[in-house]
Amino acid sequence: MANKISDETIEYVGILAKLELSGEEKEAAKADMGRMLDYIDKLGELDTDGVEPMSHVFAVQNVFREDVVTNGDMRADILKNAPGEKDGMFMAPRTFE
Amino acid sequence: MAKQYETVIGLEVHVELATKTKIFCGCSTAFGGAPNTHTCPVCTGMPGTLPVLNKKVLEYAVAVGLATNCTVTRYGKFDRKNYFYPDNPQNYQISQLYLPICRDGSVEIETEAGKKQVGIHEIHMEEDAGKLIHDEWEDCSLVDYNRSGVPLIEIVSEPDMRNAEEVIAYLEKLRMLIQYLGASDCKLQEGSMRADVNLSVREAGAAEFGTRTEMKNLNSFRAIARAIEGERERQIELIESGQKVVQETRRWDDGKGESYAMRSKEDAQDYRYFPDPDLAPIVISDEWLAEIKAAQPEFRTEKMARYKKEYGIPDYDIEIITGSKHMADLFEETVRLCGEPKKVSNWLMVETLRLLKERGMDPEDICFSPENLAKLIRLVDGKSINGTVAKEVFEIMFEKDIDPEKYVEEKGLETVSDEGALRRAVEEVIAANPKSVEDYRNGKGKAIGFLVGQTMKAMKGKADPGMVNRLLKEML
Ligand SMILES: [Zn+2]
Repeated sequence: MANKISDETIEYVGILAKLELSGEEKEAAKADMGRMLDYIDKLGELDTDGVEPMSHVFAVQNVFREDVVTNGDMRADILKNAPGEKDGMFMAPRTFE
Repeated sequence: MAKQYETVIGLEVHVELATKTKIFCGCSTAFGGAPNTHTCPVCTGMPGTLPVLNKKVLEYAVAVGLATNCTVTRYGKFDRKNYFYPDNPQNYQISQLYLPICRDGSVEIETEAGKKQVGIHEIHMEEDAGKLIHDEWEDCSLVDYNRSGVPLIEIVSEPDMRNAEEVIAYLEKLRMLIQYLGASDCKLQEGSMRADVNLSVREAGAAEFGTRTEMKNLNSFRAIARAIEGERERQIELIESGQKVVQETRRWDDGKGESYAMRSKEDAQDYRYFPDPDLAPIVISDEWLAEIKAAQPEFRTEKMARYKKEYGIPDYDIEIITGSKHMADLFEETVRLCGEPKKVSNWLMVETLRLLKERGMDPEDICFSPENLAKLIRLVDGKSINGTVAKEVFEIMFEKDIDPEKYVEEKGLETVSDEGALRRAVEEVIAANPKSVEDYRNGKGKAIGFLVGQTMKAMKGKADPGMVNRLLKEML
């Protein structure tokens, strides 16, 4: 494995992903990420000169809908997916600005 | 001598588009629905759902780009901006980073210092987030996703502005263009137009920009002007005392007249953008672009020229009326109905502006219909009511958009043109005011004004003042 993930990097990725990792999990994640980066390096060996960057794998474009209301009130069904409900709203852990 | 500083300002303006439905689903964008009644699996980020772009959103975004002299991106796509917050149910916001729909535009602004171009870096499309309500009792946050997925465009300017006056001129220009396009109503107070101010200071003449901060929560032109002044001073103080300006997002508290940092360093913004694989790329053909261009409305400059030719009203009136798309529409429709451009303009320029000013309202808030204003003008023209009564009726119409014909009839406000009744009133006034009568007869022409006033009062304001004048002169 050529790529080494530092402790700071895994810490930072953990913060971004809102994950709390144990020491053991951190080591495992570091190894996984190192292998992924090795694979990316492998891809980097390919000669891509003159190849247009691609953002989509399917040959479709311009998929649109008209500006017409098609949905009614489906709150009751939607709220079934909420972790908690109050006054017709989703209940979430308290957040601060 | 104290150092001179220059303020450098760039703006990020979010505009909520006036579509009927959200950007990626068929949910309504209407305001005021009960929480979560305008939601579906797509705009609440349920797994396995697929967003489909609202064509009107794209067309509005392109139209705004054309109106701001941008280059329209002919091959575009959407990207995911990743962050965790309960108002964002997908854990990413669909936005555009790599290929925004429009780029490299500019608008001309005019301030006391003269005309100036403000560059537009880019315009991109994105979705709005839900609304969070903090519940003190349960110590939790409640989320309403009605606004989640409402279409926005973000207009990012170049750092071309140097003071609050330029910033406000720029915002007013954008607002007018977008209102003329019908792409949004652009109300700052209601949040359909939001401006974030990026500001830095540097010593006058310096080539490099200073470190900038981003100021949020600015919901009036006044707040923007105050925030710019406050942030400029704060940064200069830091620099003068040998400290550094920290690049951060700050929240403006207009009540306190100060700002505070919103996010800590540990929570650094790292959105890990990547192309959204669920949305197909957008390709805008020459034909389609030409179609959108052809559908552009008449903008202000053209409208002003046409008003001059077609309506013959004073330049000043034209300037004010065309300054608001809503007022211009109201003017044109009323003129079409009653054929009296000068009178319509007068009602707008005098009474309407006065009431707007008194109540601190914008021209966009005018609620009376062209039909009712045309009716009022006809009532005055036909001498059914006099000028004083007309103003009273107008004030109620301004408030509640009442039908002036019905109102005048119900309240019995028609002018009394029964000469017999008027004559009796005049006789009584003459008898009751011997002093003024004598003054008048002794050549004090002004005294008649008082007698007209007394007669009008006796008639409860409902007489034709011209007729009262004539009768008085005749009978004195
Ligand atoms: Zn929806």
